[in-house]
Amino acid sequence: MIPKDAKLVEHLFDLEKIEQAPTRNGYGDGLVAAADENDQVVALCADLTESTKTNLFRDKYPNRFVEVGIGEQNMASVASGMAAMGKIPYIASYAMFSPGRSWEQVRTTICYNNQNVKIVGAHSGISVGPDGATHQAIEDIAIMRVLPNMTVISPCDSVEAQKATVAAAKHKGPVYIRFHREKTPIFTSEDTPFEIGKAVIFYDPKEVTVAVIATGPIGHNALLAAKNLEEKGIGVRVINCPTIKPLDEKIILKAAKDAGAVVVVEEHQAHGGLGSAVAELLAENYPVPMEFVGVKDRFGESGQLDELFEAFGLTVSDIEKAITSVIDRK
Amino acid sequence: MGHLSDKEVKTLEEKANDIRISLIESLIEAKSGHSAGPLGMADIFTAFYFHILKHDPKKPDWPERDRLILSNGHICPVLYATMAHSGYFPVEELKTLRKFGSRLQGHPHREKLPGLETSSGPLGSGLSQAVGMALADRMDKKEKSNFFYCFMGDGELNAGQVWEAMMLAGKERLWNLISVIDRNNIQIDGFTEDIMPLEPLREKFESFGWHVLDIDGHNFEAIVDAVEQGKAIYEKPTMIIAHTIPGKGIDFMERRFEWHGNPPGKGIDDRVSKDKQGEVALKELRTLGGKIRSEHE
Repeated sequence: MIPKDAKLVEHLFDLEKIEQAPTRNGYGDGLVAAADENDQVVALCADLTESTKTNLFRDKYPNRFVEVGIGEQNMASVASGMAAMGKIPYIASYAMFSPGRSWEQVRTTICYNNQNVKIVGAHSGISVGPDGATHQAIEDIAIMRVLPNMTVISPCDSVEAQKATVAAAKHKGPVYIRFHREKTPIFTSEDTPFEIGKAVIFYDPKEVTVAVIATGPIGHNALLAAKNLEEKGIGVRVINCPTIKPLDEKIILKAAKDAGAVVVVEEHQAHGGLGSAVAELLAENYPVPMEFVGVKDRFGESGQLDELFEAFGLTVSDIEKAITSVIDRK
Repeated sequence: MGHLSDKEVKTLEEKANDIRISLIESLIEAKSGHSAGPLGMADIFTAFYFHILKHDPKKPDWPERDRLILSNGHICPVLYATMAHSGYFPVEELKTLRKFGSRLQGHPHREKLPGLETSSGPLGSGLSQAVGMALADRMDKKEKSNFFYCFMGDGELNAGQVWEAMMLAGKERLWNLISVIDRNNIQIDGFTEDIMPLEPLREKFESFGWHVLDIDGHNFEAIVDAVEQGKAIYEKPTMIIAHTIPGKGIDFMERRFEWHGNPPGKGIDDRVSKDKQGEVALKELRTLGGKIRSEHE
């Protein structure tokens, strides 16, 4: 069942009725909201202003917007310089290019300098679809979470995306936020709690057999899997974990202890992402059997979202399979 | 600022020589690090810290200061020596260069030492940061603007990011940005024109929308005049191509790319054996090339 505090939307499990929007919309709206609140917020974009939704900010605050052209390395370092002068720059492109191409500039000029820059990775995951592997960032969480001083956030829907964008401006230091291109279910509400560094239980059965920890829109699949399995008598706790770094250690350790088995779900390489972060935590503190639902060491390819989720093992039934196999290993 | 008197020039020359001595002493002590670039840039650093920059060594965070970004971080021995001589920290601390626990990291780290505007080492990103600072400052539409300076190596121009930054500065007409290229013609693997030809540099910079000046990087009047001109040029960033002699001041190091990445005592030289290099280098600087007697004799 859904804990009251989670304040999730009404038609949570009804794919016909639930509203859908891309998480990048939440960035576009959130950036304008952050800029309304704080006049030090500025934005830079590398020739993808419309598709990253940075155009909303550009149109409202043209004097606080810098178009850098297709130069993501330059964009990262320019933002570092602006932050050194007190600005709060948001730099937007597709995740594959920023931080994909600009990793060293992010490392040295942003993280090593501990500058207050927000890196916006749009079109992340394989759900970019037809564009194919060159544009499908499934390594971005790994390369960002390895950096000291960096905070890493992966919102689950457009509402959480907006909250994360606004919260990033108030958080001092480098932040990476990943967003998605395609429409995905809006399953949280304005009242769902969001705080950087905090995870929230979105589904909790009477008796917990397995804990599922999910990040990003794929978390909705985890909820559907938990609901299906409850009907079969298997109790699954689902934790929505938008902040991958710093990890909410308390809620994850408690879940591992309560359930004795953990499945991690993410639209990212199974190596290096949320799954690895959780495994590192549990290996040191409370080892339990784990399964990883994610991309298994391969590149993406062209296709529609549902075709790709099928091919890459990210569907509701793949999550159910992972849950039943982790139970077998308890 | 304004034009330099003969007396001012002499004072700056003496200061630059003290800085060369200090940086060589720190390199001898560190037993690793770069020699040629720091020696070649000593006059320019001296002109900036002792005449051009609006700064206060006692208040390194002073918001009204000009910003100087060192992009080619490997020449930091000259930055550290100049900062020490201008009062940011004790000259004695230069002996900690590259050692464990030191504020003087092998490549500069902003978080360690007050007065450093950025961390640098990986080449090509300094100009972007200076562009970002200049843009941010201009957005604030302050009555009195600051100037933003970026020092770069010529070998560094191999890096594509420099040209990305150059395009943006030209597009944004950043008149408050002045960059100095250390045109010493060497990089680690050899002479720049052998490794990756850069010329014609002036035409390249001009075509990117910059005002370009060529100067003798060891002539204090020329350095100061060039910066004055750069400040006066409206609606364009200024690029000063400073022609310098790598290893300047130490005969056996001058114009030899072999000294790009070595300290005295570590370089192969057919005239001076390794065990004598430190001593010979310091003696030459202390006696101004044999013109005066050293107090150390």
